[in-house]
Amino acid sequence: MPPPADPAWIEARLVAARPRAVAALLRYFRDLDLAEEAFQEACLRALRAWPEKGPPRDAEGWLIMVGRNAALDQVRRRAKLTGLPDEAAISDREDVEPALAERLDAADYRDDILRLLFICCHPELPATQQIALALRIVSGLSVRQIARAFLVGERAMEQRITRAKARIAKADVPFETPGAPERAARLAAVKTMIYLVFNEGYTDADPAGERAAFCAEAIRLARLLLRMFPGEPELMGLLALMLLQHSRQAARFDGDGLPVLLEDQDRTLWNRAAIDEALALVDKAMRHRQPGRYQIQAAIAAVHARAARPEDTDWAGIDRLYAALEDHAPSPVVTLNRAVAVSKLHGPRAALDMIAPLAEPLDGYFYFHGLRGALLDRLDRADEAREAFGRAIALAGTAAEAAHIRQHLDRLSAENGAAS
Amino acid sequence: MLYTLLCYHDEAVTTAWSEDEDAAVMEKLETVHQRWADRLRPVVRLMPTSAATTLRKSDDVVLDGPFAETKEQLLGFYLLEADTLETALAFARDLAQANPGGAYEVRPVMAYYPDRTAPDDAAAG
Repeated sequence: MPPPADPAWIEARLVAARPRAVAALLRYFRDLDLAEEAFQEACLRALRAWPEKGPPRDAEGWLIMVGRNAALDQVRRRAKLTGLPDEAAISDREDVEPALAERLDAADYRDDILRLLFICCHPELPATQQIALALRIVSGLSVRQIARAFLVGERAMEQRITRAKARIAKADVPFETPGAPERAARLAAVKTMIYLVFNEGYTDADPAGERAAFCAEAIRLARLLLRMFPGEPELMGLLALMLLQHSRQAARFDGDGLPVLLEDQDRTLWNRAAIDEALALVDKAMRHRQPGRYQIQAAIAAVHARAARPEDTDWAGIDRLYAALEDHAPSPVVTLNRAVAVSKLHGPRAALDMIAPLAEPLDGYFYFHGLRGALLDRLDRADEAREAFGRAIALAGTAAEAAHIRQHLDRLSAENGAAS
Repeated sequence: MLYTLLCYHDEAVTTAWSEDEDAAVMEKLETVHQRWADRLRPVVRLMPTSAATTLRKSDDVVLDGPFAETKEQLLGFYLLEADTLETALAFARDLAQANPGGAYEVRPVMAYYPDRTAPDDAAAG
């Protein structure tokens, strides 16, 4: 057993306590900056007190209590200096200092954390700012880490976060305990935001890059939420989807950092534990019979995960699930993905017909032209394939994407050369 | 005779470990496992409680999440090879018929022997 004073353990304990402690302090002070400062102060005191005395049994409760008292002292000191009546600066409630324990019952605790995540999802904030806020406030990543991940300077990121915080400070953050519809709406917004955090990490071509940690962080937040809202099938779906996508991390890029297609990946590199956890979650979610887009996407990813070899893939099952997704959340991109399953089941001709109506809505979409090129290629329509691949390269978002398409083009040119 | 060691820890902490931190802990444990390899039977690591489902036997109700009551005591556990949660729940219901009262928590696990072979590999292969 590691000694209780182990600094690494204390550090892990503080990281783990952050969402709940900051969320509780936010409800108490109704001021995000004050809540964060209070938590910061509590952490400093923990780092001084815990190595000597050992950590308290209820570390989160300790941090909330100590943070609250430290911040109250500070507010009073500031109030004396500026001559304001002190209690008014602390809270607009009359009962400023009831027994803290009373305010920390389990029901509040889950709504606290939901609220803390929800304020990061302010609809006027662009996605990148929502992500940066959540990582800073809820996860406690340093501004420096976040700045590096977004490839901007630390000062610029600091300013962005400050502006975003000012924006949400002006917004009406509801502190009353939410009713069921309100809670569901918050959960929906928070799920979207967590998936944004995940995708920011997932789309990074560099698996060892700063953003790779975002995937693990999104998974942690989803697990945390699911522990508090255990009966939410879409939350199970979201967590399962992220676990399944993340389980392929080690197989998704080759030695040169180029993406490896699902069917070409070394499946022994897939993370079996993550897959097993996700499969159990998908099964759990299905029992509720309330399909949602994350559940269906997770179920599709699960079909791939269950196939030991690419040729074992249940494409008919995937086709059915995409049909369900088209019903549930119709979008040209969903139909495009379904076309891949259709090409496996019924050949490139059927898939090409299926994506023909998507030419207009997806004209600016890399994957549309990439898939169209591949289908045309299989039908030996080399000139049209070349043109489609050319469009794809022009739209490629990353060098890796462009390089992947270029391989197709090079091969087409080579075959053309051989034929002529 | 066989003993079991049931491992308790704060899940908020263990799920907050980064993948590197998690791997470091497992590596340290692995060293200990090797020292005890001749006595150790399968090592089992439970997936997070968010992956758990509980069958309450008295009324045959399946609940999301881990078994949360404290008045019952942990009396035993099974390791079952099953591709789906439904199969695992079917086994739990079958057991419940034979032995009513209490609950079964159903949770996916990772299991392996100290020499790194997995019990489920043996079963599958």
